[in-house]
Amino acid sequence: MNFELSSEQKLIRDSARDFANNELLPGVIERDELKQFPQSQIKKMGEMGFMGMMVNPKYGGGGMDTVSYILAMEEISKIDASCSVIMSVNNSLVCWGIEKYGTDEQKNKFLPELASGKIIGAFCLSEPEAGSDATSQKTTAKDMGDHYLLNGTKNWITNGSTASVYLVIAQTDIEKGHKGINAFIVEKSFDGVTIGPRENKLGIRSSDTTSIMFSDVVVPKENRIGDDGFGFKFAMKTLEGGRIGIAAQALGIAAGAYELSLKYAKERKAFGKEIIKHQAIAFKLADMATEIDCGRLLCIKAGWQKDNDIDYSQTGSMAKLYCAEKAMRITTEAVQIHGGYGFVKEYHVERLMRDAKITQIYEGTSEIQKIVISRFILK
Amino acid sequence: MNILVCISCVPDTTSKINFTQNKKKLDEEGITFIINPYDEFCLTKAIFMKESSGANVTVISVGDSKSESVLRKALAIGADNAVRINADSDSSKSVANLIADYCSKNKFDIIFCGRESIDFNGGQVPGFIAAKLNLPFINSCVGLDYTDDKINAKREIDSGHEMCECSLPAVVAGQKGLVEEKDLKIPSMRGIMTARTKPLEILDPESTYNNNIEILELSKPSERSDCKIISEDNVGELVQLLHKEAKVI
Repeated sequence: MNFELSSEQKLIRDSARDFANNELLPGVIERDELKQFPQSQIKKMGEMGFMGMMVNPKYGGGGMDTVSYILAMEEISKIDASCSVIMSVNNSLVCWGIEKYGTDEQKNKFLPELASGKIIGAFCLSEPEAGSDATSQKTTAKDMGDHYLLNGTKNWITNGSTASVYLVIAQTDIEKGHKGINAFIVEKSFDGVTIGPRENKLGIRSSDTTSIMFSDVVVPKENRIGDDGFGFKFAMKTLEGGRIGIAAQALGIAAGAYELSLKYAKERKAFGKEIIKHQAIAFKLADMATEIDCGRLLCIKAGWQKDNDIDYSQTGSMAKLYCAEKAMRITTEAVQIHGGYGFVKEYHVERLMRDAKITQIYEGTSEIQKIVISRFILK
Repeated sequence: MNILVCISCVPDTTSKINFTQNKKKLDEEGITFIINPYDEFCLTKAIFMKESSGANVTVISVGDSKSESVLRKALAIGADNAVRINADSDSSKSVANLIADYCSKNKFDIIFCGRESIDFNGGQVPGFIAAKLNLPFINSCVGLDYTDDKINAKREIDSGHEMCECSLPAVVAGQKGLVEEKDLKIPSMRGIMTARTKPLEILDPESTYNNNIEILELSKPSERSDCKIISEDNVGELVQLLHKEAKVI
């Protein structure tokens, strides 16, 4: 048993930290307020290799392990959770999904550009009436012999308008239920793809979330991922890995709020001494530090299991549930520690509090994580 | 062109400094070590030279295994190979002699060192290296142009700048200005991955060198007291405080 990170993992963490402070911190408040997509920041993240960290180097990726990815996700999320969700979707859903289950042709065609961040991808599962209940897909892909004809609407799609490649889950045979679901690689340039307006969100406001409409979109047969009927399993397996990324994002949001609170509590004076010297504040920080350490250990355990081909779905769900719930609690406490200053934008913690909320919702709500975990413990 | 960048492994600037019980050494417990910032300016300049004209960049550090992590970072930033001389780095003279020994066996056109290290601030290593190798030495370098056989350097001096030219090989002690802080490189994921396969050679010292100086005790500077602001029309109070409290007049 060894809790020490390797020197390479520490270097990756420190590089992500330096990058986030140098490149993502400037303008983060304005991007949030104005819903500005972090175009130049994402380009730089691509150049730094953050957009395809775990992809095999032969496809232009970093060839890093999942633990390294978690460390980088945490550091990026401390500063800008909008950038980190774009990174998470591209890495752990789109790149991982194609690399794990795609054909050689699909990998060669799409991974080099996705992994280098030259283009970004999106994962299209949710629908207006299919969120947690992912089996009730209304989007259809009709088998036309030499191609599929895709019709339907997807909702809450991260990177909706900025992605060039979409992984789309659709029903090909309604009779077969979830075994009649398939996943397809759809390019934005295909005829019949329409992007909806950007959502005006509570948090992660500078990431672009849209709906996407598919109207008689011709999808070549070779763009189907896996065997016929593999789509639902593909979506579930991909989300299992995605959860580790979102857990690390929630962890980063919490850790970012904690670090700001610790710094503030050492500087701010009340009743003649620094507020950290008041037990009421010191105990809040002690709880935060403990919870962040627990969350980090869960994330790293899930990543370690994934890296060692051990089933990580239960730990991944525990990590996501725990980190998301704690992110919400810790960021709320961070605003409390900052008092009136915490309630205004320039102190960052109110943004982190708004950003934390989505981690309890997307890539499986906290309630869905509890279903997953309880299925394991009831086995 | 072959460039050697000498790297000192120093405590992070935000570290809380404590000493071992006998007060003769730094207590390394909980300390993060980084590339000495002055050395990092030199390393970045060397990488720029590599990118513009294909120089080969070697990084060298004298010290124990903890300096390997900073050497790996230097490789990830773009250095081609790294050398660690497995010896105590407490004495400037010893460090300089060991590096000079390495240089006498391996040909380098420019030997870069940071002007000083931010831990002990001796500022002696580059001068010692130049003296031992009998090479020209440019100290406090804030700008550098080069051709195959000479360099034009800009030095910071008390009253301004000094421009000078010297033949190669030469020892250059650099500082901010050689490159700017914004130019400093953060290792990319590809750089970190590539660094895995770059050589990091560990050499045992062939000779031992003695500084003839013994550290008797290390101590921290006294804590700064709060700043007092006295209004400009209250000179009397200022004089009183300088005399009675600060005891400087």
